[in-house]
Amino acid sequence: MASLSSPLRLCRGILREIRAIKGPEYKQSLAYNYVLDQFRKNQITGERYCRAQEEALHASHSYLCLLTSTRQHIALYDMYHGKGQRDTEEMAGIVGLRLPTQPGGKGWEK
Amino acid sequence: MLRNLVRFHNCLGHAFSPPTVCPRGQMFKLLSVNSKSYSIITERKKFYEDVSISHGEGGMFEINLDRRKLKTPGGKLFTAPNEALAIAVANEWDTQKDMLKFYSMHMTTLCNTALDNPTFRSKDQMITAALKYLETDTICYRVEEPPSLVELQNNEWDPVLNWIEDRYNVVIGSSTSILGPEIPQATMDTFRQHLGSYNFWSLTGLEYVITQLKSVVLAFALIDKHITVEQAVLLSRLEEEFQIGHWGNVEWAHDVDLYELRSRTAAGALFVHFSSESSTVKRKLMQD
Repeated sequence: MASLSSPLRLCRGILREIRAIKGPEYKQSLAYNYVLDQFRKNQITGERYCRAQEEALHASHSYLCLLTSTRQHIALYDMYHGKGQRDTEEMAGIVGLRLPTQPGGKGWEK
Repeated sequence: MLRNLVRFHNCLGHAFSPPTVCPRGQMFKLLSVNSKSYSIITERKKFYEDVSISHGEGGMFEINLDRRKLKTPGGKLFTAPNEALAIAVANEWDTQKDMLKFYSMHMTTLCNTALDNPTFRSKDQMITAALKYLETDTICYRVEEPPSLVELQNNEWDPVLNWIEDRYNVVIGSSTSILGPEIPQATMDTFRQHLGSYNFWSLTGLEYVITQLKSVVLAFALIDKHITVEQAVLLSRLEEEFQIGHWGNVEWAHDVDLYELRSRTAAGALFVHFSSESSTVKRKLMQD
């Protein structure tokens, strides 16, 4: 099932993701240089069917998938995920009450 | 009774249960047991500016957050066996904005598991656990109705099943009964031998992928680069996608699930790829 994109598409996709993460100075990031390097290295091969090239292509496709899906997951998580419960003190404070304090401990606590 | 309620409340306190604290992630399940330590925290403030990697001893790579070296949860120094993995992990740490979201750092989690081995598992235990999924493999469980789903399953799952049977010279077969297919011992032995050829790190990743996809066949197809991550995830969630097509999509459940599964599987696949590869560059001279 060779429905992998072309190397150019993958490379552009990954670099776009990196730019989305880092912002304006994305060109100095580690990942940027490494990715470009890898793509350049694997470009030239004398053989018609190069297994290493196929593997590298699959790996870069996986990496692109990782970056995109993490970004999308975080976006959805931030939008929909519950924020958790408040502290009991805070909750009591909302309705204008305070938690009882007992300096000697409650007897049944350790 | 009010006392008990307050006590219960204090226990829950900060520990809201995110979707990750459920049997999908082995790491998180273990951590949630020790509620005293830091482990229930899923986010904390970002405490560094720069991330970089450096060469450590023995050809391993270390991650530096500002000036400090990254450590695993078990206290060991974090070391990655090759540059690609180190850069992937460093990029994860780099991605974080003001809050660190540990649930999104899958490569880091995998590396930590491989380095710490917190449940002290041996290779054999992992292989046995991984092969257990074969008996209840997603691909092998077929429905009998509705007919469109049956057709979908046959069209999508049969090719992958045929591929793996050819590739590994085994017999798996599919079944519609509640017990699932009968996997012959020869098949188990072949797979066991194949899995034994992976090193510990790759096996950690492979077992993770199998657990996420709930299928040995799909995991192998992915690791052997026969299908892409998106395809593997789609095939794993085939029935769910079918139902979504019929009843509609619920963004806060289906999409969240989909993206989370994709990111975990992609991380697992990459982890295996980085842990089991070795690359050399051979320069050939052009003959004029």
